[in-house]
Amino acid sequence: MIFDLSYAWRIAPRLVEALGVTLQATVLGMAIALTLGLALALARRSRFRALAWATAFFVEFVRSTPLLVQIFFLFYVLPEAGVRLSPLAAGVSALGIHYAAYCSEVYRAGLESVPQAQWEAAAALNLGRWRTLAAVVLPQALPPIVPALGNYLVAMFKDTPLLSAITVVELLQTAKLLGAQSFRYVEPLTLVGLLFLALSLAAAALVRLAERKLRVHA
Amino acid sequence: MQGFVAPLLHGLGVTLELTVAAAALAVPVALAAGLARLAPTRWLRWPAAVYVELFRGTSALVQLFWFYFVLPLFGVPLGAFTAGVLVLGLNAGAYGSEVVRGAVQAVPRAQREAAAALNLSRAQTLRRIVLPQALPAMLPPAGNLAIELLKNTALVSLITITELTFAAQVLRAETLRSAEIFSLVLVLYFAAALAITAGVRLLERR
Amino acid sequence: MTAGPVVRLRELHKSYGALPVLRGIDLDIPHGEIVSVIGPSGSGKSTLLRLLMTLERPDAGRVEIEGESPWTQRRGGQEVPADERHLRRVRGKVGMVFQHFNLFPHMTALGNVMEAPVHVLGLAREAAREQALGHLASVGLADKAHARPAELSGGQKQRVAIARALAMQPKVMLFDEITSALDPELVGGILQLVRALAEKRTMTLVIVTHHMAFAESVSDRVLFFDQGVIVEDGPPQAILRNPRLERTRRFVEAVLETR
Repeated sequence: MIFDLSYAWRIAPRLVEALGVTLQATVLGMAIALTLGLALALARRSRFRALAWATAFFVEFVRSTPLLVQIFFLFYVLPEAGVRLSPLAAGVSALGIHYAAYCSEVYRAGLESVPQAQWEAAAALNLGRWRTLAAVVLPQALPPIVPALGNYLVAMFKDTPLLSAITVVELLQTAKLLGAQSFRYVEPLTLVGLLFLALSLAAAALVRLAERKLRVHA
Repeated sequence: MQGFVAPLLHGLGVTLELTVAAAALAVPVALAAGLARLAPTRWLRWPAAVYVELFRGTSALVQLFWFYFVLPLFGVPLGAFTAGVLVLGLNAGAYGSEVVRGAVQAVPRAQREAAAALNLSRAQTLRRIVLPQALPAMLPPAGNLAIELLKNTALVSLITITELTFAAQVLRAETLRSAEIFSLVLVLYFAAALAITAGVRLLERR
Repeated sequence: MTAGPVVRLRELHKSYGALPVLRGIDLDIPHGEIVSVIGPSGSGKSTLLRLLMTLERPDAGRVEIEGESPWTQRRGGQEVPADERHLRRVRGKVGMVFQHFNLFPHMTALGNVMEAPVHVLGLAREAAREQALGHLASVGLADKAHARPAELSGGQKQRVAIARALAMQPKVMLFDEITSALDPELVGGILQLVRALAEKRTMTLVIVTHHMAFAESVSDRVLFFDQGVIVEDGPPQAILRNPRLERTRRFVEAVLETR
């Protein structure tokens, strides 16, 4: 038969377990991406031209090259440099760095949308650069860009299957293992596909809700 | 470093082949789906929406595996290369259809009204008035999608197509010189991406 | 010339959302008549033209162009929803010039004028080109045939728009405040064009305008619109100089004041 419902039912618990790994990778990866992304955005705006230029180049390079190759790079090259990371750690780092590049562009747009006058008002009050950033600029820069960041969260979630290539046992890897054991790939792969679809549609709806809420405040 | 170049360049060739083939599929699909989502009848709108949401909402790698492992069971035997081009093209086409939809919707309504006042048919209005004005707006985002497509070709290495990333893996297994190999590979992808950006900028000028 | 009015409206209603814009319009326009439509903003004048041009559909009531509704057709004694072919056949009798010109920016002036004759009327390109050059000449823009809209002034764009609409030789031409988006010094030239067209007496004209003197000199009939209904309807001398109603008088005086 084309689709064995009972088999699908039986493997569902293992897939839900694997979903936990997928979500863990997504959350950790996003944590890195959000913090590193902000750092990159600030570095890009630095007065030191060398730093700004190097950051711009780094961001462009990371955005223009495949995530899979970056994952392989960290997984295979770091041990040679003496850094031993678990597959999950290496994968999460790669995801984090890759999406930090994208998030940095989003942060940059948000920062640039805050009028110069705000910086000047803060300077007139003798607030330091970091205080200005934390208390004046970021609170204005962040709300409009939350939806864009949310979209990257969803995108990262959909990229977690790439970690299967470095043996992280997330959803796709689990599906492949189940398929190899039972010789039935239809059910695991279809269920995994549907899981991704359901979750990313739900996440996209949440992002839209957040967008509407934030627009009301603005 | 010498021994790397030949197999990597060969892999790059396959990568570019995949990119071009998938792009050739993605462009008509994007146009068809994007326009279908704006059609008056829901028999056009709904299937197009399902296709777009399906391919945008699921992971590209999962799509790849599904096409490669599952589709043959439905009686559609697909070689790895065909499956790769099909998935990459349909995936890019789904994202592309949103670009098409946005650009067509951005053409001012007044243009359609002027066409109606001249009694142009729906098809003529679309072909001669709306699309020519929508196409220039599609180029920059299309350029970004082309680079995304290039990057996605790396995924097909996981279903054993011998493109650039696959070649890198083979070399790594043979020589264990990961740092040099993957650095070189990243640079090659970057160069290809720059070439695509330059190409798009050339098109924009025309 | 078919018997009966070229345009007939019966109990026409149109709302935009909760806002009623046309509240029951009954109107007959005979062939060849030149009608000016005046009234305050939001009174429904433009909506009336847009319905006649089939850019919108009425919420209730009937529109007939030479006796046929654009949106329904008779089939086997029944009124059924019309197909695209019927809609276009009826719509082809009406032409419109817009307030904001709406030229096609990716075509030259000549291209704009030729487009519909070639693709709708099926004219051969050469014949269409000859005719289009003639139309452009008649609006004084023969030398701008190969210019793009971005290179033209507002007045020139409106002339091209007029030539473009005329090239389709409709039975009814609609002018929707065609001078409102123009710099004042260009207005006279456009009005002159419309006057010349009116004097030729080749087609029915419906002109929405704020220019009272122009309306008086050019029209056979003036309609005063207010709050979605036709308040007064009569010859220009009567409506503009000696209106029946106080609100008509007040409107005309206000417009003349600000000229």
